[in-house]
Amino acid sequence: MGVELPTTEFSDIPDELAMELEAHAHDGAEGHGAMVQLLDEDGRFRRDSKLAESIKGLSEDSLQGMYRQMAMIRRFDTEATALQRQGQLALWVPLRGQEAAQIGSGAATQAQDYVFPTYREHGVALTRGVDLAELLRLFRGLSNGGWDPRATGFHLYTLVLAAQTPHAVGYAMGMQRDQARAAARGEEAGDPGAVVAYFGDGASSEGDVHESMVFAASFKAPVVFFCQNNQWAISVPAEVQSRIPLFNRAKGYGFPGVRVDGNDVLAVYAVTQWALERARAGKGPVLIEAYTYRQGAHTTADDPTKYRLSDEEQSWLAKDPLARFEKHLRAEGIADEAFFEQVAADGDALATKARADILEFTAPVLADAFANVYAEPHPLVEQELAWHRDYEAGFADAAAEATREGGR
Amino acid sequence: MPTMTIAKAINAGLRAALEQDESVLLMGEDIGTLGGVYRVTEGLKSDFGPDRVVDSPLAESGIIGTSIGLSLRGYRPVAEIQFDGFVFPGFNQITTQLAKMHARSNGQLTVPVTIRIPYGGGIGSVEHHSESPEALFAHTAGLRIVTPSNAHDAYWMTQQAIACADPVIVFEPKRRYWLKGEVDTEDPGASADPFRAHVVREGTDATVVAWGPLVPVALAAAEASAEDGRSVEVIDLRSISPIDFDAIIASVTKTGRLIVAHEAPTFGGMGGEIASRVGEAAFLSLEAPVIRVGGFHMPYPVAKVEEHYLPDIDRILEALDRAFAY
Ligand SMILES: Cc1ncc(C[n+]2csc(CCOP(=O)(O)OP(=O)(O)O)c2C)c(N)n1
Repeated sequence: MGVELPTTEFSDIPDELAMELEAHAHDGAEGHGAMVQLLDEDGRFRRDSKLAESIKGLSEDSLQGMYRQMAMIRRFDTEATALQRQGQLALWVPLRGQEAAQIGSGAATQAQDYVFPTYREHGVALTRGVDLAELLRLFRGLSNGGWDPRATGFHLYTLVLAAQTPHAVGYAMGMQRDQARAAARGEEAGDPGAVVAYFGDGASSEGDVHESMVFAASFKAPVVFFCQNNQWAISVPAEVQSRIPLFNRAKGYGFPGVRVDGNDVLAVYAVTQWALERARAGKGPVLIEAYTYRQGAHTTADDPTKYRLSDEEQSWLAKDPLARFEKHLRAEGIADEAFFEQVAADGDALATKARADILEFTAPVLADAFANVYAEPHPLVEQELAWHRDYEAGFADAAAEATREGGR
Repeated sequence: MPTMTIAKAINAGLRAALEQDESVLLMGEDIGTLGGVYRVTEGLKSDFGPDRVVDSPLAESGIIGTSIGLSLRGYRPVAEIQFDGFVFPGFNQITTQLAKMHARSNGQLTVPVTIRIPYGGGIGSVEHHSESPEALFAHTAGLRIVTPSNAHDAYWMTQQAIACADPVIVFEPKRRYWLKGEVDTEDPGASADPFRAHVVREGTDATVVAWGPLVPVALAAAEASAEDGRSVEVIDLRSISPIDFDAIIASVTKTGRLIVAHEAPTFGGMGGEIASRVGEAAFLSLEAPVIRVGGFHMPYPVAKVEEHYLPDIDRILEALDRAFAY
């Protein structure tokens, strides 16, 4: 007989805390609807917030650490954009503006959790200990990954929009089974984990997101859907993807949805931590909509001046996640000038390292690509590899011959 | 040796895999309490529990996609697609994700997902219930595709697919689900390697390659040919990706003539791949061009005329006539 997996009791959805979160949410200034916020646009802390409690546990070191990661990834992003302009990268996908959404949510994950990113989650990658050089290798056209997804708990980037969301749910179902099985055997299962699935407002229209949410709800999978609504899917505004605030969709599936100010790192951290804990405790999925803004181009191949107004860009610059957090840290005396100077210097060092890393990269050879088409031996691949080797060797002979003849 | 239908043999194969490996689990629409619309998974949910035989929501992309996630977590999911024509909502997950995950991760990740698809025509069904989409998947590197034509293979291939570290699609010939045969559950014998073709009838004058539902048709055509004094060898291809070209070329080198018969349309189908390979590797052994027998370049027709669409004994005999006329 099988093991006991959690059953879905619809009576507990949305649970008390979810309702609390919704009830507590502050009205967004521009009529965006209710939105959880801990830092207002001037970096003032909302002490009245019930969520304020949940970040009390963060030490000054952790707060500094979050700022540091936001600043580091912004600097890295700027450098990578420049490197693309200089022809060193084939493409870059900038994250500028989304640092709070990414660092806040990534920082809330624990080692045993697993993250399924899309392609812009460089900040989340940083929080998971991914070697940022691997991101450069990817966008230089040298690999499709490179970091170890199992060691970092950070999956490969996914370029087919939303395709990773059902993987996230399946992985979460696996975690569920691991726990239940260990319990059935009377073994220590280790701390329960949860999965975070990142996707954009555009991707939210894809059928895979819908199917994922149905599966997640039906099996009460420990997965947090983290939608970064950065307002644009390349040139198409979020309103074209959804006529209602995206977080509201969760209700239709039978689990809580929360909109959080995605430019407020503390609120993102608090909400994600709540959702992850809820998932790890077997209470099922949550949808978080991080309401944020992509300050730059969609990718280095994009020109946002063609589809959006600079007024809009300016208004969002005023909500900049880094500036806001910096004001907070200064006002509360959590970090001083020396700290910010040090972070800036470290950022420059990271940028210098990125530049140096690129020069160190070596290109793979096509012959290596035959190695992992299949996990087990495959005659066609072996045959084509042998042909390819012979063919390439023919050129080597010719080259050697030419050299010899030249020397004569 | 027990005798069982192909459907029962797959059921027994799934049961054996569930028993042997705790990480195996089945996912699909109606596979649990009902036991599948073809009853292939009958009795498994009651014996192994709902967490190992999972009645999934009605969503093919979700079934394949969550299976990928489960496999990344160390499980061996076996996804059932209810009918061939309904695999396409999951096509994206199969071709862009499942097939490529191992390569994209430089070999760090394996996704041992098995996908079972009842396929092919001849059951008098309505549209989208009689497709043969094997070429669409065979074209995608990273997938393996097998198709049993008898109960013994059905029993073993099911387990071999599940045990394989690569993703494997098992196309199950649904019109043969009730075909009975002996199954040696102790010893796979010649079926130990699922990716090898079998010569199921020896001959000297021509070779017919077929797979899945058409193997019995090819055998019957060979029998009929014998009455005309022709000795026809029949190969059950068994694996559509990889293809056992060695077996085909060895046979053609001996017989000098090749007919490839499949239910899928000939245009862009696997028959073309086989013909081309044989042309390259055994051109001088050929007494005639390789001839394909298959479906037409049209949507699968309505059931009342499908017998005129599906390759039958006469269509294979006609092809043999053409080959012998050279
Ligand atoms: C299935 C699919 N369709 C189209 C594309 C091309 N494309 C790449 S990014 C993008 C916009 C995505 O917008 P969103 O989901 O909001 O994410 P963002 O890039 O804003 O983070 C499009 C259309 C794709 N990668 N995958």
